[in-house]
Amino acid sequence: MQALPSLRIQQLVTLHVGPIDLAIAAGECVCIHGASGSGKSLLLRAIADLDAHRGDAHLDATACSSLPGPAWRRTVALLVAESQWWCERVGDHFDHGVDAAWMEQLGLPDAALDWQVARCSTGERQRLALLRTLMQAPAALLLDEPTGNLDQDSTRRVESLLDAYRQQRQAALLWVSHDPAQIERVAHRSYLLDNGRLHGLR
Amino acid sequence: MNVIALSPLDLAVAALLIVALGGLSLRMHIGVERQLLVSAARSTIQLFLIGLVLKVLFESAQPVWVALLTTVMLVVAGREVMVRQKRRFVGCWGFGVGTLSMFVSAFAVTVMALLLVIGTDPWYAPQYAIPLLGMVLGNTMNGISLGLDRLTQDATQRRQIIESRLALGQDWQRAISDSRREAIRVGMIPIINAMSAAGIVSLPGMMTGQILAGTPPVEAVKYQILVMFLIAGGTGFGTMVAVSLAARRLFDERQRLRLDRLRLPKN
Repeated sequence: MQALPSLRIQQLVTLHVGPIDLAIAAGECVCIHGASGSGKSLLLRAIADLDAHRGDAHLDATACSSLPGPAWRRTVALLVAESQWWCERVGDHFDHGVDAAWMEQLGLPDAALDWQVARCSTGERQRLALLRTLMQAPAALLLDEPTGNLDQDSTRRVESLLDAYRQQRQAALLWVSHDPAQIERVAHRSYLLDNGRLHGLR
Repeated sequence: MNVIALSPLDLAVAALLIVALGGLSLRMHIGVERQLLVSAARSTIQLFLIGLVLKVLFESAQPVWVALLTTVMLVVAGREVMVRQKRRFVGCWGFGVGTLSMFVSAFAVTVMALLLVIGTDPWYAPQYAIPLLGMVLGNTMNGISLGLDRLTQDATQRRQIIESRLALGQDWQRAISDSRREAIRVGMIPIINAMSAAGIVSLPGMMTGQILAGTPPVEAVKYQILVMFLIAGGTGFGTMVAVSLAARRLFDERQRLRLDRLRLPKN
């Protein structure tokens, strides 16, 4: 039986994207692909309420506009494609520590928290950024090419961690990906974003 | 008091320095001769005018005129802060942030000094109020323009970082905290340096002036210390107020980073 739609987007319009309606059930993974510049990142940013937009997003019964911005972004978390760091040490970016099992699952040693950010590879940073976001325990995830810089092994590890998270927490996932094989693996439904509109594939 | 009055000829001799410098700039194709002469002429005219204004003001000592002159000083300083910004706020905030902060800090500090420290009678006695405000305002203006400039530049450069922090659910104060701290620090460095070097490397202008005018050195030193502290207070509080107001203005009610509220630099 289908639960109530967990993440609902209604008549969302931002810059040249939209209006877009989309409902993602709890525990469901929806993928979006499309050409560069088609507005996939803009759409995710608008859902995370980082850009001004028309329309609204709901998590269960809670409207985005009814929560303060930071509270909304903690529950509907955006993971950007290019991870950003502002302290010297990796561990200083984790307010609530990090789950050791998750670290291991992504192939990162415990000592990674003591690494200097500047000395991490792009792929290491991307996996650490995913953990940083997951540690906030979001109910919905907006993922902008979460495996964009990863090799095949790391990509599979990230996919299985996200899959486990989705099932355990009944999280709703909106996943932007360029890789048709990845979409095949992870998505329950997928859409093409073209000309500011979502086009269903299956 | 035994001031040796300066004749126009005395000033003309000093002006020869400017002319000689201009000539050299022309010869070496440095290209600053025009700016040099214009600014020298401007300062001559402006200083004579303010001299006349002060002369009249000291004789009448009407509060209305004191208020009017200080308002003019504030508006000019506010405009100066605005034009020094590479990326200033659009709309009335461009002028408002700096002007409001200078009003809050420089005026409060000066009034405090007049009322509590010097105890002039009446408290707005222009002979004390105008030079003190001028010194505090001038330095506060520098601190605020440095701080604001640094904040807006930093926020623009670190946009992705700030937005990532917002995406992690941090509130705007935390997301901008690094840039804000750095901007306040940058605004306060000049006065901290000036205080450290005072007396050893540099003899501050006000003290030098008083000594030239015949004030006993120790009295002049005491006034200089007072003025230094007032300037530090005015600059520090002014920069904090200005940078905090500006940081708030960089975010909207949904706590989104709004760099579109800054004007693009023209070049």
